[in-house]
Amino acid sequence: MKWESVIGLEVHAQLATESKIFSSTPTRYGAEPNTQAGLIDLGYPGVLPVLNQKAVELAVTFGLAIDASIGRRSVFARKNYFYPDLPKGYQISQYDRPIVTGGGLDVLLSDGSVKRIGITRAHLEEDAGKSVHDLFPDSSGIDLNRAGTPLLEIVSEPDLRSAEEAVAYLKCLHTLVRYLEICDGNMQEGSFRCDANVSVRPIGQHDLSTRTEIKNLNSFRFVEQAIAFEIDRQIRVHEDGGIIVQETRLYDANRRETRPLRTKEDAHDYRYFPDPDLLPLVLEERFIEAIASRLPELPRAKRDRFMAVYGLSVYDATVLTQSRALAEYYETGMKGSALDSKIMANWVMGEVLAGLNRDHLEIEAVPVSATDLAGLLARIGDGTLSGKMAKEVFEAMWTGGGTADAVIDAKSLRQLSDTDTLEGVIDTVIAAHPEQWAEYCAGRDKLLGFFVGQVMQATRGQASPKLLNALLQKKRHPES
Amino acid sequence: MTFARVELERLATLASLDIGREDLERLGGELSRILDFVRQLETAATHETEPLTHPLELNQPLRFDAVAETVDRERYQRDAPRTESGYYLVPRVIE
Repeated sequence: MKWESVIGLEVHAQLATESKIFSSTPTRYGAEPNTQAGLIDLGYPGVLPVLNQKAVELAVTFGLAIDASIGRRSVFARKNYFYPDLPKGYQISQYDRPIVTGGGLDVLLSDGSVKRIGITRAHLEEDAGKSVHDLFPDSSGIDLNRAGTPLLEIVSEPDLRSAEEAVAYLKCLHTLVRYLEICDGNMQEGSFRCDANVSVRPIGQHDLSTRTEIKNLNSFRFVEQAIAFEIDRQIRVHEDGGIIVQETRLYDANRRETRPLRTKEDAHDYRYFPDPDLLPLVLEERFIEAIASRLPELPRAKRDRFMAVYGLSVYDATVLTQSRALAEYYETGMKGSALDSKIMANWVMGEVLAGLNRDHLEIEAVPVSATDLAGLLARIGDGTLSGKMAKEVFEAMWTGGGTADAVIDAKSLRQLSDTDTLEGVIDTVIAAHPEQWAEYCAGRDKLLGFFVGQVMQATRGQASPKLLNALLQKKRHPES
Repeated sequence: MTFARVELERLATLASLDIGREDLERLGGELSRILDFVRQLETAATHETEPLTHPLELNQPLRFDAVAETVDRERYQRDAPRTESGYYLVPRVIE
């Protein structure tokens, strides 16, 4: 039987605020335990939560960016459960009236196609604290610094069909939240966390099968591995005639497997109800319009503009607009230069991205500036460098060789494009291979490559291929 | 309406309440009477009424995003049964 996997992701993005969602203590990462946990965060009796405006603005920013509908009236609810890192015994979240509903993301897949992944909802909630199990004998230590940190939980539709697609979506979302500057995206510090809902069904079956939820995946690699493992596991269970139990599983990166989390089933009855401490959040048009007017050019609009202005394909435009910094790099390179936009795109997507990947660098730390890259490409344009030589120059620029011109001078790499000199070399080569030359002149076109090779060898690869070809043709048919 | 015993036990577990046998009987009766009382609302016509999430006709005020509270950890931790190295200590919880 052929199986199809159905995946939906729940992402918790920590919103980039100075203070907590319902209190005015700091959200800074890495402080001494409990030095950022105030009375509201600790759940003292008699305190009243007051909503942080910035958190609301950031959630609305996200909603507008994914073409979602913004809840003009959203409601905070209590999600009740007991755990030591949740001092109040409930988490303030949103339930049936979230701030963001609907919308979607255009995700670039590895085959170059673009797939729209629906977003069910995104809601505001507070984070819990952190439990430490290995510091004290027989006790767990609780650090409540993180309690009350604003989160946007972003729930996707079950539109994803493979582990690879899930990662592509997650990366796209990761890029977007950083693009919008609503979340720093730091996965190690837990600012961007992912849970995956996974099920499999026979191809052609419309209804969804029982799913499992894999919790707390904190790297793209783990997301891909965990989902791939879980898909295989579920197919094996189905094929062996077994039944998938709806449960929460953890991914063990060392053993590369998921396994069930032991919890009482009762614990999943959260008994949501509207939080009487918080009034309904009513957003006026003015408030939403003000945020809309501050939105940066969004990836999709930028992509469309890149296609229109630079004549790029949908694939090239999507890759170049995946991050704001990369798009800026491309545009800086194109600015004021007469370069072919497609050649610039090929170099940015080819040499530049490959170099960043190889050296584990972000575009912000790229060693060759966009202007210097434009300078290099201009040297191909004016015939100083062949494409092959340009790659060599680029490598030298990457490792600190300076501008293209500096590298060209230092390595005496100037392409041999002087007709007299090149003709001299060609004559020498012909004189050394009279038989081949006669055959070539008699019509064996294949030998052109042989002569090009010989001349290239004699000039250490510096002969201008264009000029060389022209001169060889001319020598073969002197009258034309 | 009578409150099923299992239902009551489940609620007690969810609320982390340790309720004795005889109390269970009594509470079951009391809760059933409360529910019966509230059930009268079901006779009201509510199909055109917006769900009421809050009794006050007010909207949530917003707070400017700024750090304005100082944390006196030493003072707060005096209220806790056990603390060490800045952590609140609880009986070991491992999932």
